[in-house]
Amino acid sequence: MGAGAGESKETSGASERTPPAVKATPGGWGSSLFGSTAERNAFLIVAAVILVLFPALLSPFRLGLVGKYLTYAFVGLGLVICWGYGGILSLGQGVFFGIGGYCMAMFLKLEASDAVSTAIQSTPGIPDFMDWNQITALPLFWKPFKSLIFTLLAIPLVPGVLALLVGAAMFKRRVGGVYFAIITQTVAAILSILIVGQQGFTGGVNGITDLRTLHGWDFRGDHAKQILYFANAGLLLGATLLCYHLTRSKLGRLLLAMRDKEDRVRFSGYSVASLKTFVFVFGAMLSAVGGAMFTLQVGFMSPSFVGIVPSIEMVICAALGGREWVLGAIIGTLVVNFGKTFFSERFPELWLFLIGALFIAVVMVFPNGLASLRRETLLRAWSNFRTRLKKADLPGSELARSGLALSEGPLANATGTEKK
Amino acid sequence: MNLKELMSIAVMQGFNGLSASCVLLLMALGLAIIFGQMGVINMAHGEFLTIGAYTTFGLSEIAQRWAPWLQKTYFIFAMLVAFVIAAAVGWVVERVMVRHLYKRPLDTLLATWGLSLIMQQIFRSLFGAKEVSATLPDWLMGSFKPSDSIDIPINGVLVMVLTLVLTTALFLVLFKTRWGIWIRATTQNRVMASAAGINTAKVDSYAFAAGCGLAGVAGAAFTTIGSTGPTSGSLYIVDTFLVVVFGGAQSLVGTIASAFGIAQTQATSEFFMTGSMAKVLTLLTVVFILMLRPQGLFAMRVRR
Repeated sequence: MGAGAGESKETSGASERTPPAVKATPGGWGSSLFGSTAERNAFLIVAAVILVLFPALLSPFRLGLVGKYLTYAFVGLGLVICWGYGGILSLGQGVFFGIGGYCMAMFLKLEASDAVSTAIQSTPGIPDFMDWNQITALPLFWKPFKSLIFTLLAIPLVPGVLALLVGAAMFKRRVGGVYFAIITQTVAAILSILIVGQQGFTGGVNGITDLRTLHGWDFRGDHAKQILYFANAGLLLGATLLCYHLTRSKLGRLLLAMRDKEDRVRFSGYSVASLKTFVFVFGAMLSAVGGAMFTLQVGFMSPSFVGIVPSIEMVICAALGGREWVLGAIIGTLVVNFGKTFFSERFPELWLFLIGALFIAVVMVFPNGLASLRRETLLRAWSNFRTRLKKADLPGSELARSGLALSEGPLANATGTEKK
Repeated sequence: MNLKELMSIAVMQGFNGLSASCVLLLMALGLAIIFGQMGVINMAHGEFLTIGAYTTFGLSEIAQRWAPWLQKTYFIFAMLVAFVIAAAVGWVVERVMVRHLYKRPLDTLLATWGLSLIMQQIFRSLFGAKEVSATLPDWLMGSFKPSDSIDIPINGVLVMVLTLVLTTALFLVLFKTRWGIWIRATTQNRVMASAAGINTAKVDSYAFAAGCGLAGVAGAAFTTIGSTGPTSGSLYIVDTFLVVVFGGAQSLVGTIASAFGIAQTQATSEFFMTGSMAKVLTLLTVVFILMLRPQGLFAMRVRR
């Protein structure tokens, strides 16, 4: 990782204590991956909370809820890369989450409906909802899901290919922004209508329920749920590291450049369409993994996680975290969903007001979301304020202030440089 | 089945398709200004529709309770009141929120989605979660019977007439009045327009209010064909956006053509398969065509 411009402006732990003029030198292990020791520490804290604190403090029921939220965080991570970095807002992430989840659910359902346990059906050996809908043979597209290996491959690949098709078709024709958002939203609508309408093949509104075992391992008990929680958390933290790596790499910087001044990147010889397609596919695959983990932890999959509303809710999670803060996706998802659970248990009528206000506030008042609460950002704001107070003191302070303005995170970085 | 029966089926089917396309067009007209002309993504558009519908419901209740002599005519007033109320709310929304987001269309999308959630909850608190329907005047009920096997409902005809009137009015306003020139000038080149002395900020808020008002009238018209619930507006939002995008965002003719095309496809395929599959087929076709021709049917420039 070279010492690029963006990197040296990123404040590190050392420079926080003596802000402006000191040039940031990455310090401590892992800071080349995270950008700064503060960021690394934040990651470690979040990891500790997820891996130690939650399992130690929460009842199995609550832990299951947290596990469910954490599967949404995969979608949030995908959105940070796709939307925060790439500037592509997809309102159809629920599609990929859903397909991933349905792939997993189809495999589990087939395993749960062997000939013995479905002997009372008129056609034993097929899922119960098919029997209820007078279907007498397993549909062709269900058959490969008898194999675990196929399923594990299908979970990322089917959504990936779908995203590739949609993304390539749209981005090659330079369709982006709101049109892309509307098209993806329509895709979400189509898929949820299709799933609800084709009851015999998909389980309809109820979804695919009554899942029992994964390759012979009963995953319904408390202990099994705990194992799944840790597996999920591990996967999520791994995915987070991957996203950190992506954002700190040359690709990450290219994405930011593309988001802010697409034409310049294009004229520099990069294929903007391929970059966009890549991040869209990446986000889709992450969401699909989340969906599959969701099915495993919650024990069912239904179309209510596919349509427009869940897709947009996932966007607000990423937005609350701060759309370009990787770790923020996890924190935002946890906060939004804790809030949702809390309010729908106590004051259900308040929740829509709150989430609606959150949408508006996150756009109008704090576009950086929770990321603006990061220590370095706060410190920067504080020293900004202090510099303003002693403006007249030093001849060099003007210079220092402009240096500060530049270092307000990637967004200010890119736009700030643009203005010059 | 003889020829006469087949003909009647064809007529009724054609009427259904036409009626559905009028409904779509009516919903899309307001959005054609707000999204098509101004480029603002208003996800709360459906809720402005609901405002119109609830206004009509409220007026029908009032007429029933305190002014029975208004029973026959209240519906005409209801449409006007619906326009005024929806436009007023729209004006406030533009002033307070949308105004600050013109340069960030994706953020507008999120903010207006939040607004739509809040509005839905307000409807729910005010009118309850149950669907309500306005008591319609007698002359709106019933149907024409040009022959014994053809049956054309009057409320469908009303929606059609209303669509025709509103579309014509919108065309006239946009292309024949000074106000229309202002809107078109502002949307085509904001800087030049303001250099030419047009108060673009004012044009923006009036255009947005007018679009919301149109949605309100559409909502009033909808009470004749269906009941109203807190979330009924949001059911239409995807279809409505798709109509405008498919037509080619800046083109009003395109919006009309696409509303007609989409509704006819849906109505015709509904004849052969279940409603949900017809919907899936229609939406898929539209998305597929948009992938091949992203600028829509009647577009003037490439979308970015």
